[in-house]
Amino acid sequence: MSPARGAINLINSTAITTQQLCRYYRMGEAEIRALDSVSLQMRSGEFIALLGQSGSGKSSLLNLIAGLDRPTSGSVVVQGHDLQKLSRQDLAKYRLKTVGMVFQSFNLIPSMTVAENVELPLRFAEVDRGKRDSLSQQALDRVGLSARIRHRPTELSGGEQQRAALARALINQPQILLADEPTGNLDSHTGTEIMNLIREFNESLGMTIVMVTHERALAERYARRMILLADGKVVDDQPNLATAGAELTQGGTR
Amino acid sequence: MKSYDVAELAVRNLRESVLRNSLTTIGISVGVASLVAMLALGIGLQKLADRRLEKSGLFDTVIVTSRREMRNFNREQEGDGPAPAESPSLDETARQQIERLPNVLEAYPDIRFVTELRYKDKPHLTMVAGLPFSAENNEAFDGMAGSFFSSATAPEVILQKSFAEQLLGKASRDDQNVKVSELAKPLLGQQLLMRYAERTTASDSNGPQSTSSASYSVVSREQTLKIVGVCDLDPDSLRQQARARVFLPLGFAENLHVLQPGDLRDTTNVLGGTPTYTTVEVRVKSPKYVQSVEDLIKKMGFNTFSIVDATKNLRQFFAVLDLFLGIFGSLALAVASIGIVNTLVMAILERRREIGIMKAIGASDVDVKGLFFAEAGVMGIFGGAVGVALGWTIGRVINVGANVYLKRQHFPPEQIWFVPWWLVAGAIAFAIVVSLISGLYPASRAARLDPVQALRYE
Repeated sequence: MSPARGAINLINSTAITTQQLCRYYRMGEAEIRALDSVSLQMRSGEFIALLGQSGSGKSSLLNLIAGLDRPTSGSVVVQGHDLQKLSRQDLAKYRLKTVGMVFQSFNLIPSMTVAENVELPLRFAEVDRGKRDSLSQQALDRVGLSARIRHRPTELSGGEQQRAALARALINQPQILLADEPTGNLDSHTGTEIMNLIREFNESLGMTIVMVTHERALAERYARRMILLADGKVVDDQPNLATAGAELTQGGTR
Repeated sequence: MKSYDVAELAVRNLRESVLRNSLTTIGISVGVASLVAMLALGIGLQKLADRRLEKSGLFDTVIVTSRREMRNFNREQEGDGPAPAESPSLDETARQQIERLPNVLEAYPDIRFVTELRYKDKPHLTMVAGLPFSAENNEAFDGMAGSFFSSATAPEVILQKSFAEQLLGKASRDDQNVKVSELAKPLLGQQLLMRYAERTTASDSNGPQSTSSASYSVVSREQTLKIVGVCDLDPDSLRQQARARVFLPLGFAENLHVLQPGDLRDTTNVLGGTPTYTTVEVRVKSPKYVQSVEDLIKKMGFNTFSIVDATKNLRQFFAVLDLFLGIFGSLALAVASIGIVNTLVMAILERRREIGIMKAIGASDVDVKGLFFAEAGVMGIFGGAVGVALGWTIGRVINVGANVYLKRQHFPPEQIWFVPWWLVAGAIAFAIVVSLISGLYPASRAARLDPVQALRYE
């Protein structure tokens, strides 16, 4: 994967746009407004933290951007794809090629080795068997997990599992990385390692990062823009002054 | 996903819960095995019946008589051909013509006469007939004691069981289960003296072609015959009342020139002098040609007789039998298919999270569906293959058991069970199809799974 890809071209172009995005759930009689008229613009190459208490709607927003869920109303446009208009098949392709995801609980498939987990998206992308090995090796090299590729996830530490998950998210070279509490299950030292990796993807690969977290300190340390949600609404959206410096100009406001 | 990836992942997933999937696969195997065993039995019985009918010679034989032979005339036949007096004689030329007709294997004269046979100076009166050498494979000689004629012209004789009993002074009614081997023991190799009336032409120099010699002499002769076999069944059953109980090689019988019933009539014949046959038996290649051969012979101006091809009805019967056997066999497979549905639905529950993960990282509905579908298919392939092997084994065991039983009942062994290659291929294909159909519902259910909920599932 070329480190320079997108880093220059895509800066300041819009990566993700949400308009009047709503997601309601029904729970018996009650209607829960997980997301209520959220309109946001995220530029390519941004490192964004979605902050909020549990139930604030940050994960719902991430799932909608990931194309895992469909909005009740409003729209999400990612890299020019209006997700509302995509068929189920195209949405799967979008998840495969355009976005990469990492989760709090790593979500590796326990019956597969690390290498097999990492190359699984390549199978869905119908990449030839011969090419898969070198691509997954590359991705594993990048996250520093070349040594334990024949192990199963349960034989790895939490940090190693999250590295494997990151390698899997990178394998199809997406432009956007969606991270749902990526350090939530890790100790602070390992969490820092993972966060450093994510920052490196942002800086050297120019990937747009959208990270859900409830740890303000973590967000302040890594993200360049912090969006605070409460009760399904955006209550605060501003550049992170702590990481601002020269990048302040790109971590734009709406 | 590429198909080999789908297959590989499917096999891997199946191996993750070996016990459950093996049990499901065994279920399919049992279903396939019962199907194969049932159909193999049906097919085997059909083949057995076909073989029996073929060997019986009942359905591939046309009996030809001259229209001059008015004794076996009926009103229907009267208008069928030329008037009796103008119709051709059934002589050697006619026999050769018939033999040259398409699909005719052989045509041989029927030589039979009632005569006296002496065994140990005691006379016995019975019907004697010539047997063509080709009759050796006739099923009537199954279980025969002794051997068939050594040649077509040997002075040898085969006795029917009842006549053998008569020679030995045993009444067959007393003991139905006398074995031919016991009857044959004192008789084989013994001499039998046959008295008969020979027809001799008055002047041999004229030859058989002579038109002037419409006269012949009848001379009483004696011939010693050697008993070579005693047959259990009745080789001449087609003749009913006229059936013979003593058989000579046909070639030998012809050379005896025994006076035939038709000979008396020949003396009044304009064409007189040429010996004619009362009856010629025509063997046809297969029962399906009987009708066409019969038509051709009728055109030549002879009367014909054959038994209607009963194999057609028999085949229909076996088709119905096979259908029912197949349905019964399929019942077990139907039960097994429910097992597949159950197993896969359980697998969806267990692997709910895994399905969610796969969808989150880009698996399409088609990928997920294909995976479950392939798992059903793989179980079908294995179940089908193992089932065919199992069914084959069951069939073998049944066959061995049946033959043990047949042997106890003093019957020759039989292959009552047959697995043709199409049954092997068909059973495996059927198992795969049934498995895939069973996989339809679980697969589409897995594909429809909501990834967000699936990921939340612990």
